Amino acid sequence: MKRMLSFCLALALILTLCAGCHGAKRKDAFVIPDSFDTSKTYEITFWAKNDTNITQTNIYKKAIADFMALYPNIRVELKLYTDYGKIYNDVITNIPTSTTPNVCITYPDHIATYMTGDNTVVPLDKLFADPAYGLGGSELRFDGPDEGEIIEKFLSECKIGEDHYAIPFMRSTEACYINRDFVERLGYTVPDVLTWDFIFEVSEKAMEKDADGNFLVNGQKVMIPFIYKSTDNMMIQMLRQKGAGYSTDEGEILIFNETTEELLAAIAPHAGTGAFSTFKISSYPANLLNAGQCIFAIDSTAGATWMGSDAPLCDISEDKLVRFETVVRMIPQFETEAPQMISQGPSVCVFNKDDPQEVLASWLFAQYLLTNEVQIAYSQTEGYAPVTSKAQTSEAYLDYLSRAGEDSDLYYRVKLDATRLLLDNTENTFVTPVFNGSASLRNAAGQLIENVTKSMRRKEIVDDAYFDKLYADIRALYRLDQRNAMADGRAELGALPTMSKVLIGVLVGTWVLIGVYVGVQAMKKRKKQA
Amino acid sequence: MKRMLLLVLSALLVLSCFGCGETDIHKKSEGVMTYAEYAAAAIEDEVVVETFVQAKQGYWEDEGQGKVTLYTQDKDGAYFIYNMNTTQADFDKMTVGTKLRIKGYKAEFSGEVEIIDATYEILDGSYVAEPKDITALLASDDLINSQNQRVSFKGMTVEASKDAEGNDVAFLYKWNGSGQDGDDLYFNVSVDGKTYQFTVESYLCDKTTDVYAAVKGLKIGDKIDMEGFLYWYEGVNPHITSVKPAA
Repeated sequence: MKRMLSFCLALALILTLCAGCHGAKRKDAFVIPDSFDTSKTYEITFWAKNDTNITQTNIYKKAIADFMALYPNIRVELKLYTDYGKIYNDVITNIPTSTTPNVCITYPDHIATYMTGDNTVVPLDKLFADPAYGLGGSELRFDGPDEGEIIEKFLSECKIGEDHYAIPFMRSTEACYINRDFVERLGYTVPDVLTWDFIFEVSEKAMEKDADGNFLVNGQKVMIPFIYKSTDNMMIQMLRQKGAGYSTDEGEILIFNETTEELLAAIAPHAGTGAFSTFKISSYPANLLNAGQCIFAIDSTAGATWMGSDAPLCDISEDKLVRFETVVRMIPQFETEAPQMISQGPSVCVFNKDDPQEVLASWLFAQYLLTNEVQIAYSQTEGYAPVTSKAQTSEAYLDYLSRAGEDSDLYYRVKLDATRLLLDNTENTFVTPVFNGSASLRNAAGQLIENVTKSMRRKEIVDDAYFDKLYADIRALYRLDQRNAMADGRAELGALPTMSKVLIGVLVGTWVLIGVYVGVQAMKKRKKQA
Repeated sequence: MKRMLLLVLSALLVLSCFGCGETDIHKKSEGVMTYAEYAAAAIEDEVVVETFVQAKQGYWEDEGQGKVTLYTQDKDGAYFIYNMNTTQADFDKMTVGTKLRIKGYKAEFSGEVEIIDATYEILDGSYVAEPKDITALLASDDLINSQNQRVSFKGMTVEASKDAEGNDVAFLYKWNGSGQDGDDLYFNVSVDGKTYQFTVESYLCDKTTDVYAAVKGLKIGDKIDMEGFLYWYEGVNPHITSVKPAA
């Protein structure tokens, strides 16, 4: 009996160990080293996004050079992308092989997906607070902000669950860039706060043509009065302004509601007449605006240097460029008294590695991106706001803001107006909940508008049946039903693996045998006592 | 009996002659548009074409769905198929020359006419278009009629581009020099006193390709012959696939 019991216990132990070892190698959680080892060289990779803007590239390069001069034992290698989506895809691809970058420009939506890996992304709260290497730490070789100097609203956007998994790098919102000349030619005045109704009304008015088929407002064959770059933001902001559902913090999907359908039904006729279109369908808003083929172009404040007749960056030939006055307004609102707009812009996360010293080196570099030198220089490349009060209140930055319109380069008025828009409305910005799958939900939000717009342009019937099918298609495409099931904790996980079944069987059997053994021993003892 | 045998043999001979006759791979199936019909279709019209793969951009996935962008052509004109849903297995089958039946919607993005939201069938038949020399057409309004076709340019001269520091260089990473190795290459070439910006699209020809290396090796003033596809982005913007010293 004893032999049998020993055998079972041994078998259970072996199986337990085997089952535990099976699968991916676990990465240990990062623990902050007592001190940074300057005797070794660390090579870290930094994946960043620029907006096809050479100045941004140069600022990254300068920041790296300056940082490496301060920390000669840290080598930073820059990899540039022009699309957040491509960074996201590359990171996802590299997680299974543990070849993620060390430091990465990213969005919290994306980090939530990265975090499905085991200790993949470093939680930063302990690093923030570390007296030596944390924010404002005593051992830093640069003058970075302390935690209180990061704009609270922006920092809170980097919190996923209970911990911060990123630091904000730059912040922007969306703005409406307007050809004021065309608005006034159509008999309207640009209001301080736009409404959706106003934009659609003016846009429809702009669709009038002469006998030759030229649009009256611009005398050209092409006119898309209202174009939206990011339709996911459009839907998200419209829902928010309406107080309608999008998702819960826990990841329950609420977007497929009646308000969404009402919004889509309201957009549809304007898509049908051609008064409204999207970047994905037609072109870059800036190209159309600058060619006099658009009146209201909604794009990021971080796209401001492309907007207007004197824009420093331009993608169309000079012969297509028209002259007009560009004015910048916040995105249209349903309630002008309580404006709401998205907060966006890059954040920075740090990936975990086997060597804690390498992670610490990565954190030092990430933190260096918050210094005034980097913050002010980078924010000036577009309509970005620095994320620290240390930078926002610095003499250099205030001087920059005061010089709007002095030239069409650093002090380009449209860019500075866009920046002001965000600085003046920081408290009116919002972000959407972050969870594993929130990036897909965001894509789905935009796809709803894209599909309706395409359907109307193709003269399809957009009615209740259409919306039913649209919702079903989008749910399936972005796997949002699965998401809801997970959020409800009702996910169907399927049958247990065979190994698990065997293990549970052996464990149950072992406990039964132990019970029998104990029982038999007790009975023997009683017999002896008797 | 002999007569019967003769009749059968004759019939077989006639049938086999038909069997030996070559199928016209360019003959359109029922319900398929000719290129002229496609060209006449309005933007947003549903279109069905039969066409042949001339080149493809790299396979990628969006939300788990495979995507491919194709440069295709029949004997009369070209069709740019943008971001069509596919699988890795079918992508691998879409080699140069492969015949496809494409059903989708005609669209236009920044001047580039394309077919989007497309579905496909892989058909029997193969055709590779000869590059059409359009050097003399570059400044012509007729150039757009060759949009997306496999084309060649002869005896053009490499002109200077300005890099980030304002220096004259033979090529740029990205249109303004903000990129790095592996990104699209942009370079200026001239003929008959007019300069044009050509591109090596990295999704079509990545940094491991001969053309990528050839463009990186260009010098201002070089005379070159090129092949590529007559892509459009706010004006002509050829995607170059071959660069050689001018013959």
